[in-house]
Amino acid sequence: MPVIEIAGKQVHVNEEGFLTEYDEWDEDIAQVLAQQIDVSLTDEHWKVIRFLRADFATEGESATTRRVQTVGGIPVKEQFALFPKKPAKKMAYIAGLPKPKGCV
Amino acid sequence: MTTAPNIIPDFDSGNPDRTLAIICSKGNLDMAYPGLILANAALGEGITTHLFFTFWGFDMIIKSRMEHLQFSPAGNTALHMPGHDLHIPQAVAPMMTGMATKMLKQQIADIGIPEVPDFLDQIVAAGGHLWGCRLSADMNKLTKDDLRDDVEDIINASDFIEMTDGAQLLFI
Repeated sequence: MPVIEIAGKQVHVNEEGFLTEYDEWDEDIAQVLAQQIDVSLTDEHWKVIRFLRADFATEGESATTRRVQTVGGIPVKEQFALFPKKPAKKMAYIAGLPKPKGCV
Repeated sequence: MTTAPNIIPDFDSGNPDRTLAIICSKGNLDMAYPGLILANAALGEGITTHLFFTFWGFDMIIKSRMEHLQFSPAGNTALHMPGHDLHIPQAVAPMMTGMATKMLKQQIADIGIPEVPDFLDQIVAAGGHLWGCRLSADMNKLTKDDLRDDVEDIINASDFIEMTDGAQLLFI
């Protein structure tokens, strides 16, 4: 796994650039990751990212858009507005988590 | 530790005009799901997605029926108890459809997949387009008022063909 530098910190990523170590992520890194994919983080974005982080900590899997709606309380429509086109992948990327495995 | 050059996922790769059109022609509970799952996945990849409901698939968007789709084991030789290779008898005993429907609904719920109406809500929220089939409406003596409010229109086969020019098509 490559090691790259983000926000002055060295982090492990996979071949696509997703962070692979949960504990290497922090909010400064998230800012840079978001910037890199043209997302400017607002409080609404942070709400999603914090949910994803907390959910991954207990579930060991990245939440799907469905789960972010039903468990996280953030409607799918809003997720698409916040992370256009590919919300599930973009929010997982910014949250320093793997792409969701679930189909729905 | 040597630092590699930055790697940024390419979320904009792929054809930005990619369009998927899914024809949902089945009204059995089990056959409602493939189209919904694929539509949801396509939308999550930023792909323009149309769902066209026709024949038995029309039940998926009829307000009074969409919550009552059923599953029958009749004729399905691939039906097993979950986690076992044992075949489930296909003979349609009384109440078999009800039991099988209940069982399938539970299995679907257990893996966090929504019921059909809820799934369609999610697909529309994600930007999906729902269309009803003119012939199915006429045949069933139904109008747009009988369909989910988010069905954009009832269209005929030519409209559908025209609308899906260049799209990838799936018939389910």
